[in-house]
Amino acid sequence: MIDSSMIGLTSYLTLAAILFAISVAGIFLNRKNVVVLLMCIELMLLAANINFIAFSHYLNDSAGQVFVFFILTVAAAEAAIGLAILVVLFRSRQTIDVEDLDALKG
Amino acid sequence: MNITDFLFFVFAGLVIAAALGVVLSRNPVHSVLFLILTFFACSAIWLMLEAEFLAITLVLVYVGAVMVLFLFVVMMLDINVAKMREGFVNYLPVGALFAVAIVAAMIWVVGPVGPDVMGTASLDQAVRHAADYSNTEALGEILYTDYVLPFEIAAVILLVAIIAAIALTLRRRPTTKYQTPGKQIKVKRNDRLKIIKMDAEVSND
Repeated sequence: MIDSSMIGLTSYLTLAAILFAISVAGIFLNRKNVVVLLMCIELMLLAANINFIAFSHYLNDSAGQVFVFFILTVAAAEAAIGLAILVVLFRSRQTIDVEDLDALKG
Repeated sequence: MNITDFLFFVFAGLVIAAALGVVLSRNPVHSVLFLILTFFACSAIWLMLEAEFLAITLVLVYVGAVMVLFLFVVMMLDINVAKMREGFVNYLPVGALFAVAIVAAMIWVVGPVGPDVMGTASLDQAVRHAADYSNTEALGEILYTDYVLPFEIAAVILLVAIIAAIALTLRRRPTTKYQTPGKQIKVKRNDRLKIIKMDAEVSND
């Protein structure tokens, strides 16, 4: 059966590129709010995962999906520890504004 | 353009719109909810790429656990939204400039236009698996053979993350009344019971 689809590998890669660029712009725009910065990092990892899965599908190699599995694991650990640090930070400083966190500045 | 193409464009548009919502929304709670929508749409995209196990994992692990954690933290912290938005408009041009530059460069390298340096255009015909092909089984077969050591390291990373998150956020308030089971078990009869010698009462009736 001839696949008449006009969607190919490049379509998925373009989608991932756009998602990555949006999250980079988000880091520029929301540079005061640590929570939104963490969310932008999650979006970046998602864009990388889309690339991995697209290549895994089009090269017919399951190893890419195993890598996505590990990225999901590490991202979950990163989110848990990051949010725990954020909670401790808010308890001690009453703020999560990046510009107020200059206690180490001489 | 068949139905699969149509679904791809619907879900890709949803991913991009929801990601813009994450970045641009004023309230962090709205950002979290848009991020959940992004993950749902993305899992639909992954289903179209025949990665069924990871699509379900994304919904279960990310929407079910990580995003609920985000929502808890955002609601627990008392964030001054107006102060957080200061300078947003100032950074908008430079942020948009970087985004456009990154998209242009990446599409030039991997996208449908440009010199096709990675040779991605020749890969457009994927192998479609049969209907009884099990993605979970194929993933499990290589995960527990070729990748068993990384799998165990991932388990250790998760354990470290659990311990770190609990150790960071655990605090003992002096005003809270709680029971210590160890002390309760160690207690002796003499700590609780005192026998007092006294004369017997004599009735005068």
